[in-house]
Amino acid sequence: MATRPGTDLAVRVRGLRKSYGAATVLDGVDLDIRRGEFFVLLGPSGTGKTTLLRTLAGLEAPDGGEVLVPARRTTVYQEPRLVQARRVLSNVTIGQPRGAATRAAGARALAEVGLADKVRAWPATLSGGEAQRAALARALVRDPELLLLDEPFAALDALTRLHMQDLVADLCARHRPAVLLVTHDVDEAVRLADRVAVLRRGRFSVDRRIVLDHPRDRNNPAVLDYRRDFLGELGVSSTR
Amino acid sequence: MTVSSGPSPAAPPFAEAAPTGPRPAPPGLERPVHLGSRPRNPLLSLAVRVSIPLLLVGLWWWGSIAGFVDPRILSSPPAVLTALRELIATGQLAEFLAASFGRAALGVTVGVGAGLLLGIMSGLTALGEELVDPSMQIVRAVPFLALVPLFISWFGVDETFKVVLIAVAAVAPMYAYTYVGVRGVDRKVLEAARGFGLRGARLALGVIIPSALPSILMALRICMTISLTGLIAAEQIGTTAGIGYLVTLAQQYFRTDYMVLCIVLYAVIGLLIDAAIRLLERVLMPWRAHVAAR
Repeated sequence: MATRPGTDLAVRVRGLRKSYGAATVLDGVDLDIRRGEFFVLLGPSGTGKTTLLRTLAGLEAPDGGEVLVPARRTTVYQEPRLVQARRVLSNVTIGQPRGAATRAAGARALAEVGLADKVRAWPATLSGGEAQRAALARALVRDPELLLLDEPFAALDALTRLHMQDLVADLCARHRPAVLLVTHDVDEAVRLADRVAVLRRGRFSVDRRIVLDHPRDRNNPAVLDYRRDFLGELGVSSTR
Repeated sequence: MTVSSGPSPAAPPFAEAAPTGPRPAPPGLERPVHLGSRPRNPLLSLAVRVSIPLLLVGLWWWGSIAGFVDPRILSSPPAVLTALRELIATGQLAEFLAASFGRAALGVTVGVGAGLLLGIMSGLTALGEELVDPSMQIVRAVPFLALVPLFISWFGVDETFKVVLIAVAAVAPMYAYTYVGVRGVDRKVLEAARGFGLRGARLALGVIIPSALPSILMALRICMTISLTGLIAAEQIGTTAGIGYLVTLAQQYFRTDYMVLCIVLYAVIGLLIDAAIRLLERVLMPWRAHVAAR
């Protein structure tokens, strides 16, 4: 494909507006995410992060503005949202055409997230981290051009969260989808992002590129600088 | 999807696209299809709700007037209205409704009370479940109409028999739904409430019953409906008043206008019960105003 303007974009949002009653959550948001870019939306709850993500997923109807996304897009939510009545593999391949190829792809995706031995398991028998990895496999098996992650690690314990962050960084480096990660965890944002933005009063108050190599050591002074800046932007003072 | 994906020579680069109207998306991008629910126009919603019942009544009316429906098979709406006027004029409608309502109210109160108590006992503790559940499953398995001859020989054909029959009819669904509702109460909330010192009646009234209310109100709805069935059986004998008696009369004298009138009365009573329970749901469960049980 020719390098037309815009063809390297995975997300193009112009003038997006959304309000709930009197509360305007998104007030003319513009956003471009390039293909393969890891974009993190940072901020406290109630600032419209999840609304923006859900609009890209087609779960919320915008009140105004233009939203463009690629055809293959998948979402991982804060909860695993697995169908309890279907086995793990069946959950991963849900909505895909039946057949041996789909099952093989599902099993491959489960192996990638480290759940090769849970293919036949019931969701209720999984731990929280395992269930969330199954949800990740369900997103990956669709080979997404855009991966929407809605606080996918928020409900996990601290250690599992770190493992999951590494796993997501690794998987995204391999499959190169455009990623929109919504989180309120500054460390997570600095660890994973190519670019970090903060929503405030319905618009981006910060939109900043993070130019550091992976993997990022959390004690690296440059990482700590970013961390302090973002915490300051969110109204939290940090002492190094 | 309103947008063609893939490179198309006709699609202008978006930077130069016209400022008005839905512009063609850049290749490879599309507008997401809305997957969520949209708000519905309440007037339209109401119109859709009543459209099919109204259509059926209209067909019935038209079929009767046009002569497609034999009045010996199905009376025409005007004939049914005449029967209704007769019943009102003689004062029997009010009398019958009052008689039936009194029996049903007493029977349902007793049955619902017992079912609620047993359901909570059974749902709450293992011992209660072991004590109560087997017997209640047996009661539930026996169709209450099969008890009519036995009850007549025990209680005669008077009011006691009628009330007991309705109570027995109501106890089984109330028990089953309450049990399910109590079992469904969040164990962690219950654990916390116990930790804060709630016991016995205060725990039941303050935490368990409110949390189980959706199931309990659903049960109440079913109990009301089942009490109408019970009335037909109970009012076949030993009375000269009640809507069940009216059904029996219509059958004996082969009056299709009264048969249809009975059905209309049952439908109206059913709608009234439904409205009453919806109101009760609003009053008793303000925390879930938008999710009325159906």
